[in-house]
Amino acid sequence: MSEPAGGNLMESRGFWRVFETGAAWLLGLLWFLPLIYAAWTAFHPPEFQARFEAFAPLTLLNFAAAWEAAPFGRYFANTIALCAMILAVQLVLVTLAAYAFARFEFFGREVAFALVLVQLMIMPEVLIVENYQTLRKLGLVDTLLGIGLPYMASAFGIFLLRQTFKTVPRELDEAARVEGCSFLMMLWKVYVPLAKPVYVAFGLVSVSYHWNNFLWPLIVTNSVETRPLTVGLQIFSHSDQGIDWALICAATLLTSAPLLVGFLLFQRQFVQSFIRAGIR
Amino acid sequence: MPTRMTRLSANIHGWLLLLPAALLLGAFTHLPAVATFWHSLHTTPKARRPARFVGLDQYRTMLEDPVFLQALWNNLLYALVTIPASVVLAILMALWVNQRLAGRGFLRMAYFAPTVLPMIAVANIWLFFYTPDYGLIDQVARSLGFGATNWLGERDTVLGALMVMTIWKEAGFFMIFYLAALQQVPPALADAAALEGASRWYFFRRVIFPLLMPTTLFVLVNAVINSFRLVDHVVAITRGGPDNASSLLLFYIYEVAFKFWDTAYGAALTMVLLALLALLALGQYFFLEKRIHYR
Repeated sequence: MSEPAGGNLMESRGFWRVFETGAAWLLGLLWFLPLIYAAWTAFHPPEFQARFEAFAPLTLLNFAAAWEAAPFGRYFANTIALCAMILAVQLVLVTLAAYAFARFEFFGREVAFALVLVQLMIMPEVLIVENYQTLRKLGLVDTLLGIGLPYMASAFGIFLLRQTFKTVPRELDEAARVEGCSFLMMLWKVYVPLAKPVYVAFGLVSVSYHWNNFLWPLIVTNSVETRPLTVGLQIFSHSDQGIDWALICAATLLTSAPLLVGFLLFQRQFVQSFIRAGIR
Repeated sequence: MPTRMTRLSANIHGWLLLLPAALLLGAFTHLPAVATFWHSLHTTPKARRPARFVGLDQYRTMLEDPVFLQALWNNLLYALVTIPASVVLAILMALWVNQRLAGRGFLRMAYFAPTVLPMIAVANIWLFFYTPDYGLIDQVARSLGFGATNWLGERDTVLGALMVMTIWKEAGFFMIFYLAALQQVPPALADAAALEGASRWYFFRRVIFPLLMPTTLFVLVNAVINSFRLVDHVVAITRGGPDNASSLLLFYIYEVAFKFWDTAYGAALTMVLLALLALLALGQYFFLEKRIHYR
């Protein structure tokens, strides 16, 4: 491709090219440093903490010790169950609601939609005081269901899918109707398959949100059987047995590993999903 | 043309489809928001003393509560520093990784990686960073001839230390939205501007930046919500201390409601948070309105 006389204004040239490359790398290294530091500490014997020697021996003992020191296996199982449960219910509820908003002209639709959007601003963690009282009345304190319940009707998901469903051509609708499809079958056969990328995007965003969520699970749980990883990690890092940074760094990386590895392997999909979810 | 029958069925079907989501939303968003207001007008019910209506007493207490005022001020400061800083960094990052710079794959990953981590993990990593004497920051400071600083233990530095952590976590997240927006800028614009002899800075200021406005609005709204919603790091490492210097609004609500079990006062504090978010919603609405008129 030939460039116009002035060059491409999106690309830097000459001195600026060097300067911007340098600045970008400086920032990149700065951004990566905390992770490297944590990884260094986690993968080396304690005597090499904060001592940087090129040939320091690598070890996995910190990970093994952290895994032994707290019920991380249980925490992992809890988090996985929690994320799966929330996502499964979300997908159903969000699909039905988005379909209603996109294709049915029911009384009060605009008002109902505005009320749904309220949740985009007031997320459940803002209402911890009242929501905890509600859970207590329902007898759901210290249960996985209790952690998940406030998040299951996701305004964000409804909004996202409604936008997508609205772009489905009416002709497809008509064709399916002529074939004798009921409205639910139409949803299943026409709308859901067409929105697949949006489902993937929503799923990734939802799982990373609930994998990382902390305050609400901290309030709701008080036993090993229900605690998700984030809460478990917090309790582990602040137990009073003295601070062993190697173990804490190992545990920290351990809890973040699935998302981090997933991100490194599927960088494109991750970023695309977040973008798709954001631009609406 | 819709007949009476189909209109009736649209109503029934529509509402039935919406019902499960509506019930949950009502139970965990709308009702609690209203209940928050109602409970903020009462005293906290105790074992033998049921809640008593006290009007605006909780709010009067609030205005004279130095911890609340401190937390509110901290939160505003926190938002005013972290949001512009993350947005500017995000734009810079996006402009850089949008070019064919050497190693941009690594750069993209390095910028975005913190976003994937739980805030609680971020807090742990930075806690280690900030450890007096031992942490990397003090080690670097020492090699430059400075003394040890207890970054998280001093009134003057603790909020700043939390802000740095937040900027680190959020900038990369906002970057991807700017990157997506930059990639949608038609190349013809750059060509045309180049033919006119525009400088890169002029092109950015007059063409790119205005084109990024919708993205900026979206990012800003999210950043403001996050700055009031995300207090995991405060809970995890400073507990609002020392001396409430790092308390944020939602953290104080958490303390009042779940440490002191003063739920009525917690409700009054929540109302402040709700009012701030409502203000944000109104601001966004009017801003959008204005933009539409402008077009």
